[in-house]
Amino acid sequence: MRKRLLSMALVSAMLVSVLSGCGAGKDSDDSKKGTDNAEEGKVINIYGWNDEFFKRVNAVYPEVDKVSKDGTEIHWIINPNKDGVYQEKLDQALRNQADAAADDKIDMFLAETDYVFKYTDEEADVAIPLTELGINPGEDLADQYDFTKITASDASGNQRASTWQCCPGLLVYRRDIAKEVFGTDDPVKIGEKVKDWKVMKETAEELKSKGYCAFASYADTFRLYGNSISQPWVTQGETVIKVDKKIMDWIKDSKEWKDAGYFDKTVKGQWNDDWNKSMGSKSKVFAFLFPAWGIDFTLKPNWDGADGAWAVTNPPQEYNWGGSYVIACRGTDNPKHVKDIIMAVTGNKDNLLKISKDYLDYTNTVSGMREAAKDSATYASDFLGGQNTFEYFAPVAERIQIAPLSAYDQGCVELLQNAFSDYFQGKVDFEKAKSNFETAVIERYPDITEIQWPE
Amino acid sequence: MMRKSKWKSRGMSIFAHLVLIFLSFLCLFFFYILFINATHSHAELQKGFSALPGKNLLKNFLNVANDGTFPMVRGIVNSLIVSGCSAAICTYFSSLTAYGLFVYDFKFKKAAFTFIMAILVMPTQVTAMGFLRLVTNMGMYDSLLPLIIPSIASPAVFYFMYSYLQSSLPMSLVEAARIDGSGEFRTFNQIGLPIMKPAIAVQAIFTFVSSWNNYFVPALVIQSKDKMTVPILVATLRSADYMNFDMGKIYMMITVAIIPIIIVYLFLSKYIIAGVTLGGVKE
Amino acid sequence: MVMGEKRKKINYSKWGYIFILPFFISFFIFSFIPLADTIRYSFYEYYRSGIKEIGPNFIGLANYISLLKSDMFKYAGNTFILWMIGFIPQIVIALVLASWFVDARLKIRGKQFFKVVIYLPNLIMASAFAMLFFTMFSTNGPINSILTAFGWIKQPIDFLGSVFGTRSLVGLMNFLMWFGNTTIMLMAAIMGISPDIFEASEIDGCGGLQRFFYITLPLIRPILAYTLITSIIGGLQMFDVPQILTDGQGAPDRTSMTLIMFLNSHLKSKNYGMAGSLSVYLFIVSSILCFITYRITNNDDPDGSKAAAKKAKRERRNKV
Repeated sequence: MRKRLLSMALVSAMLVSVLSGCGAGKDSDDSKKGTDNAEEGKVINIYGWNDEFFKRVNAVYPEVDKVSKDGTEIHWIINPNKDGVYQEKLDQALRNQADAAADDKIDMFLAETDYVFKYTDEEADVAIPLTELGINPGEDLADQYDFTKITASDASGNQRASTWQCCPGLLVYRRDIAKEVFGTDDPVKIGEKVKDWKVMKETAEELKSKGYCAFASYADTFRLYGNSISQPWVTQGETVIKVDKKIMDWIKDSKEWKDAGYFDKTVKGQWNDDWNKSMGSKSKVFAFLFPAWGIDFTLKPNWDGADGAWAVTNPPQEYNWGGSYVIACRGTDNPKHVKDIIMAVTGNKDNLLKISKDYLDYTNTVSGMREAAKDSATYASDFLGGQNTFEYFAPVAERIQIAPLSAYDQGCVELLQNAFSDYFQGKVDFEKAKSNFETAVIERYPDITEIQWPE
Repeated sequence: MMRKSKWKSRGMSIFAHLVLIFLSFLCLFFFYILFINATHSHAELQKGFSALPGKNLLKNFLNVANDGTFPMVRGIVNSLIVSGCSAAICTYFSSLTAYGLFVYDFKFKKAAFTFIMAILVMPTQVTAMGFLRLVTNMGMYDSLLPLIIPSIASPAVFYFMYSYLQSSLPMSLVEAARIDGSGEFRTFNQIGLPIMKPAIAVQAIFTFVSSWNNYFVPALVIQSKDKMTVPILVATLRSADYMNFDMGKIYMMITVAIIPIIIVYLFLSKYIIAGVTLGGVKE
Repeated sequence: MVMGEKRKKINYSKWGYIFILPFFISFFIFSFIPLADTIRYSFYEYYRSGIKEIGPNFIGLANYISLLKSDMFKYAGNTFILWMIGFIPQIVIALVLASWFVDARLKIRGKQFFKVVIYLPNLIMASAFAMLFFTMFSTNGPINSILTAFGWIKQPIDFLGSVFGTRSLVGLMNFLMWFGNTTIMLMAAIMGISPDIFEASEIDGCGGLQRFFYITLPLIRPILAYTLITSIIGGLQMFDVPQILTDGQGAPDRTSMTLIMFLNSHLKSKNYGMAGSLSVYLFIVSSILCFITYRITNNDDPDGSKAAAKKAKRERRNKV
């Protein structure tokens, strides 16, 4: 040990000498010691993966456009979501939270639906229950959608996170293809043709006979099945992954649909170039399943034709896709500010409606969204040929039953889709795909001891 | 007889040119596609590949440059600092080590050499977690130092330098310098280094490039935005999710990321080839 | 003479230690301590579940044993195949190009241009390059549109859907990224050969091929060994390219999963124990490989360059 210390001292001496020759010595942190005597800390540190939350806070919490009135600074620590870097950095910082200087402590962070449970977990206790902050979810957040509150709660039902966003999904379809195949592009009539999986399949066959595909990829339909599982992937306190019956249905149906040619055969999974191109004008894909953000930030930029070519209608099954949750971090030195921000961004109807207007989010206010559904003058979408999407989103949102969550969801969902992708394409057989999933999931979660498949 | 061989070498020469042109085409083709794509808007890219440049060059560039969340200039400066310092100290200390092992005889010389050869094979990723813990304990987390200092010990560069010394440094030169009363460090700096110049130029480029393109270590160590290097910025941009989805911008960012390095390379490459042609010390 | 030389050396030996000291200090701090850490934890059960930390609990060799039972050998095989696909064309082409470049009789025009160009692909970030390839070779990408436009194929080819396609693309990328680098290195080595030797061989009536095999190759052996060793290390460390090309899955059916991708998936789950023992395996394997390579290319060869160099050095010294 002493040896180690000695060499450390040696090396630090060397560092100094090397640095002076290099001119890189300016990266020691400029300590920001204030003379303020306020109870609250001077810096609010917020961890996130993009500027989404930043923009929304700036829109509705004007006291803190960089520096708030009372001199508190907001520092945004942004790390890419890609390859789990964001969670890695966040976890690292959470582990150092206790030892960090007051101004370096995390005050708030964001988490997506897929892994929010990892942080709201009671045992981990990194998320402060809202009641402790002085927010009474039953009263102050009464206007939020229930399923978002359930998602944001730990196993005992304490709400530990809150979101401004609610992501009910719809079916978005190409009007020109609808006209050609079904003779109409009326959302109500098309809605009838996609109202459940049985009818949807007949519609897919009809589309196929005219040379079109119902959807782009098997991954597109996953959220609909995955959101209706009856038990969590891993029950609290157990180390067994239970693959739900609904997931097996997805595998079975996807294979059937894939083989029948109802999916675009050049597309594998999502978020890749082929998938993006299947939203272009040359594509033969009839429909996508998207929430509000998907339509505005994925479909719209990928569409290269004129506005008004797409329309929305009800999906075959209600589902929620995505959502960013705001969490107050245990150990924060700014609990008051954190509470104010959470309330301003997620619990204030006027603010939420402003966000809906400015950023097209479907926001977390039941009454507000009902108003928006009726207010076609304000919320008509040019891209969808003047449709008011909120009219379609609202009923879906109110009917969403959120699937029971576990801290393992993100990995299970991602790895299952990957493993069975080979199966759908006929690269491996069913059993091999199952064992590939098992291998991958145990690599990701070393504490898993067993994987149970239904039947 | 003479004619035949002349004809043969002519044929050989044409063949060589054809192969070279083909390989150059392969190499440039990807850059061409990258630059072309950087001039198109996202919607144009969606329509399919076009071999002709588009009109969105400036727009994409401004999108990248003005994006407040991606401090591009800062990133390039950071990368230049890290890569420049790494290349400098890596080549200097590797030469020093190689010189030390080549010129001097001492008890542990063989052991030291064998040891370096053994650690030559150690993949960076193997020690990643321990490295991160160490850096955190030393208080160097989220600073550029851990990206620079460790390059003092680069076994591969050392080995290259050592091989080069073997073939180019006659001991007689060192001994002559000693007779002239030159100190050991001075001998190294004034005789060893100049002889190793070509090798240093080659390794400086290699080190610079690999440091510039390194994503693994910076991704572990760097946290705050104003210390990010270019590869992290590119990754951040790519992962900007649905909110910032613009392929044109991504291609532009990659283009911007490689232009400085191409400039540095073009500048140094002259030097390398000139250095190599001089060929160190000949008898 | 010998005695005198020895005594003289002793005077300077402390300089040897001083010269190599920075290297060893830096190595000790930034590689050895982390390595020791890694090795220590390889005997522990130590990972994160969510944000809770499990362990470290000492479990002996359990990690090593469970790795032996995993698909590790399959991934080792994948790594080897992917490396070979890239390395063989790389070293062959680099040797040919390097000897062309230094051959005055070929009268290659624009040498400078070619030298600069072939090195260019090495400048681009592996991850960005892989991304570019991923886009270009996607089913609806430019390569397929070009092939279809020429009428060479009717259906777009699913390059990344087949084992052969994925592996070839990884190999092609590694080739493109590294052949210029290797060429420049070999060229530097060939130019280091004294022109007298070439002149002498010419007088003796040595042909181009003969000269290449009997003079050039043996004389650049140290650099060849260097290339081989660095390439083996690079091959073992292969990560960015297949990771991005297959989205971290090594698809299809994990046939392009390399050892470091395997290691990465353990690191991602913060499984320090398992990652540690995998690292130790990797370390052992790479040491063995490099030891073999080093032996073959340096010592055990009857007319190995090292022996020759030593001899030359001795002779030179004697002359002085």
